Amino acid sequence: MTDTQDPIIKFSDVTKRFGDLVVLDHFDFEVNLGEKVALIGPSGSGKSTVLRILMTLETIQEGQIELDGIPYREPGGHGPFHASAKHLHNIRSRVGMVFQGFNLFPHMSVLRNITEAPVVVLGLSKREAKERAMQLLEMVGLADKADAFPTQLSGGQKQRVAIARALAMRPRVMLFDEPTSALDPELVGEVQEVIRGLAHEHDLTMLLVTHEMRFAREIADRVCFFDKGRIVEQGPPAEVMVNPQEERTQNFLAPYLADRQAGV
Amino acid sequence: MTGTALLPPLLAGAKITAELTIASTFIGAVLAFAAGIARGTGGRLIRLIAAVYIEIFRGTSLLVQLFWLYYALPLLGPSIGPFTTGVLALSLNIGAYGAEVVRGSILAVARAQHEAAIALNFSRRQRLWHIVLPQALPEMMPPLGNLAVQNLKDTSLVSMITIADLTFHAQNLRNLTLDTVPIYSLTLLLYFAMALILMACMRGLERWVRIGGSPARS
Repeated sequence: MTDTQDPIIKFSDVTKRFGDLVVLDHFDFEVNLGEKVALIGPSGSGKSTVLRILMTLETIQEGQIELDGIPYREPGGHGPFHASAKHLHNIRSRVGMVFQGFNLFPHMSVLRNITEAPVVVLGLSKREAKERAMQLLEMVGLADKADAFPTQLSGGQKQRVAIARALAMRPRVMLFDEPTSALDPELVGEVQEVIRGLAHEHDLTMLLVTHEMRFAREIADRVCFFDKGRIVEQGPPAEVMVNPQEERTQNFLAPYLADRQAGV
Repeated sequence: MTGTALLPPLLAGAKITAELTIASTFIGAVLAFAAGIARGTGGRLIRLIAAVYIEIFRGTSLLVQLFWLYYALPLLGPSIGPFTTGVLALSLNIGAYGAEVVRGSILAVARAQHEAAIALNFSRRQRLWHIVLPQALPEMMPPLGNLAVQNLKDTSLVSMITIADLTFHAQNLRNLTLDTVPIYSLTLLLYFAMALILMACMRGLERWVRIGGSPARS
């Protein structure tokens, strides 16, 4: 899974508050290049916030974050992120994100949803961007939907387009924020299938926030159990999810473990 | 005097009214977008300047603005002709109201859309032009259409600063002939006809704006 010493993602003593609510509490976290990490835990435990901070959608109050060795804050940087627009651009170029609510652009066709950022942000020619988009659509099984609009797609199709859209920017880190939580049960499988395929990409680092325990166990190299803004327990899924040591982890995983014992 | 004799002077006035409406709606639209985008997305100073402009023109009477520009401004310096004064006042007015429509539609674009655009590394300006405005534009067209029709009717106030528009001619004719009922009936009809044409144009524009966007929203 990993063959490097330096982590690609590093949170050091990070505290994030929303008003009086502490979401991340002196939080430390490292991810190695190519690692697939599942973040699990109760709602409000801070898992999604970790992804949103990495995507620069949220600021932090204390601590340091590094990605690829680049600190998020610049010395003497201004604004809520203590960083220039150029610096944020540099960080964002390395990270892609898939949202629970898909967030496709409703005024653009499926193809344009995927080509717009490569053309506008990366400066690719329309032809190059289209080739790249069609390859990705092929990969997620939606090549025939290139000319459709988001309103004409099912939830599972929308999320697959959203994954292709994020991948078109060639990120080093992919963040999945509850990618199947907004889907009807019968559509979860097709999205998981695509994510499962990406998990085989050796160099792609993946962070997945999910409530699908079975899926987390299947694709993750490491599972991190969050509670109250901290990682309570972490390790290979075969350990954390089969034989959790902490009481809070045991309680959280109880329904999943019961299902497993019942052979469901 | 018969209706046919009344019509030529009224039509001459209607032409001036149409010219005023077209010029001020067009300039007003430019002002509306500039001030609305500035107030919705600009830096602190830009926002303040836009807000001062919008609130001054929304908060004072159009008639008094016309009088001020026509009678007071020349005493302070520049003197501009009545037609220019009329276009200026009407444009600044519809621009101020339109700016709030533009700003509101921009702010109504879902936060999730901004976040998706940030995640794809669009810059602030690219987010505005590629993601936010194309979604906001179809939403702002119906209220902007209302403002354009409102603007057409507001042009009648310029008769007070000696512009020979439709209302001005109607009042003149009435003073000359005292044919009050036919004159004002014809005048109403002419305004109504122009409003119908304007509304049809705005609906066409609305459809045009939606082309290239998502298909029929069901």
